[in-house]
Amino acid sequence: MSQLTTAHVGDVAARQLSAGSGEKLVFLHGASGLPQWNSFFAALAQHYEVLVPEHPGFGATAAPRSMRNIADMAMYYLDYLESFGQERVHLVGHSLGGWIAAEAACRNLNNVKSLTLMAPAGIRIKGMPIGDNFIWSVEETVRNLVVDQKLADAMLSREPTEEEADLLIANRYMATRLGWEPRWLNLALESWLHRIKTPTHIIWGDSDRLFPAAYGERWRALITGSKLTIVERCGHLPHVENPDATAHDIVSFLQSSALNGAVK
Amino acid sequence: MKFACFTLMPYRPLDMAERNKHRSAWVLLPNSLYDPKKGADEYDSYINQLVYAEKLGFDIIAVNEHHQTAYGMMPAPNLIASALIQRTTTCKVAVLGRALPLVNNPMTIAEEFAMLDTLSRGRLIAGFVRGIGTEYHAMGINPAFSHERYLEAHDMIVQAWTRPGPFEFEGEHYNNRYVNLWPRPYQTPHPPIWVPSQGSSETIAWAAAPERKYPFLVTFAAQDLVVRYLNMYRDQAKKFGYEAGGEQLGWAAPIYVAETEERARAEAKAGAESLFNDYLYNPWEMLLPPGYMSISSMKATVKMRKALGSRPRTHTIDSLIDSGTVIAGTPKTVREKIEKVRDQTGVDNLVAMLQFGVMSDELALRNMELFATEVMPHLR
Repeated sequence: MSQLTTAHVGDVAARQLSAGSGEKLVFLHGASGLPQWNSFFAALAQHYEVLVPEHPGFGATAAPRSMRNIADMAMYYLDYLESFGQERVHLVGHSLGGWIAAEAACRNLNNVKSLTLMAPAGIRIKGMPIGDNFIWSVEETVRNLVVDQKLADAMLSREPTEEEADLLIANRYMATRLGWEPRWLNLALESWLHRIKTPTHIIWGDSDRLFPAAYGERWRALITGSKLTIVERCGHLPHVENPDATAHDIVSFLQSSALNGAVK
Repeated sequence: MKFACFTLMPYRPLDMAERNKHRSAWVLLPNSLYDPKKGADEYDSYINQLVYAEKLGFDIIAVNEHHQTAYGMMPAPNLIASALIQRTTTCKVAVLGRALPLVNNPMTIAEEFAMLDTLSRGRLIAGFVRGIGTEYHAMGINPAFSHERYLEAHDMIVQAWTRPGPFEFEGEHYNNRYVNLWPRPYQTPHPPIWVPSQGSSETIAWAAAPERKYPFLVTFAAQDLVVRYLNMYRDQAKKFGYEAGGEQLGWAAPIYVAETEERARAEAKAGAESLFNDYLYNPWEMLLPPGYMSISSMKATVKMRKALGSRPRTHTIDSLIDSGTVIAGTPKTVREKIEKVRDQTGVDNLVAMLQFGVMSDELALRNMELFATEVMPHLR
């Protein structure tokens, strides 16, 4: 099981889930907010000290008014990572969190030992439109995010409590702030991804209906030496839909000799 | 009381069977369903109606702005206003309004309104709105910054109209090294600013503030809400230490007048039901994108919606008349319904929508004539 603690960064007091011991692995969550602690996180926590901070503005973590766009979020996480001193962490980000991780890594890699990007937002392939999770209904969103419709049924059958519903609204508001326009995109990002020289692993569901898997190939091409893993029969949420296989893929990469040889 | 004749300019030739294959008549409704020749005919009809309204004695003729929708064919209402100015001589021309946050430089709105005010020799009423939620899908503007952009654009426009230029405008969303309007507005200090709104308490308090005292226009609401929102404005004014005059209050509603109650109901039915069920209806995600309302209003709305349940697209002419959302009946009935709201609120501006939904020109013109001859004079 995980612990719920608070991470203090500047004026922000962020909720944070954590478990395990070893090298630090920081997971930056996607637009739907602080994730459920499932077997994916438990598997990672067998090897690492896993930290899952809630982004400012999401859920119950208040954001200062100055937190307005993805660049602000990237700078915030550089502050967060610096709080570990000289320690270098494995940075893992999913979707919006992957975008933040990539933006932060372009700026400064001092505290980043490796980068794992799961279906990150942030770039565009012209003529390859992404899905519109802002216009989809709740049901469409859930059905489009996972391949396994029985899983979608299960997710939809659970009515959120009043408290959860309030947190979901906060998530959606902050996600809109960061991702509405241009939609899940920083046009400048592509030109700076070459700055990422740390070992990088890109993971994509083969049937992602929000960000098509072709984006995975583009990310791989943009980050020199990166590895792309396509998860089969999987949508936009590999850590939810294929938790064990995805955790295994991540750990295998982090423990590979290529990575450990590459680290200076 | 002052009377405005208002139309949304809905695209009436819409194939409703096709429309019903889509989630909304906004943004995602394919524009292959739009026929440019029929669109041109629609413009002729609606502009003729508004020009005729001046002859019938209306004080104001009014248009507004919506994007990517069959609900209203005026993405650029100032173009229609310009045409109306050329064909009228005395009535006020109201743009209710321009959606300020949707532009990336509000100077263009300041300039266009100044031009219309000059072209009309001071007949312009300038409405400032945020647009409905769908507008943010249509125009790509981030709804999370809608409120901030509205307030900042307002400041920029009013300053452009009133401060001697050139000066620099320094904002968060809008920045202009040189603000120096040519032409300036015709009216001094500037055209009247009206604030049409669906009744958010933040907007009402902002409009009522003593440094603004902008007329607040409540749009499309059940009668109890109309009364509540207009009195909310009056209460706000009292809190600010003054008594709001009736000229600061407005009410926009679909109205239909006929010789008998039955006839009014029968003739208004298709127009009213299509307006609310087919043209206006939007799913939640389109109508209220995140940030369009404050987070606390959104939470309250979600809870209310859960409590009430949601029965989309089930309005009937009877339910619309019963709730007072649509005013319909004999001249006497319509007069009494309007008088009742006036007595309860002191409202002095009535924005009458006399063509709505699929209603034909023939019915709309008869409605306008009956309203102008049998209702208006009694309420002046």
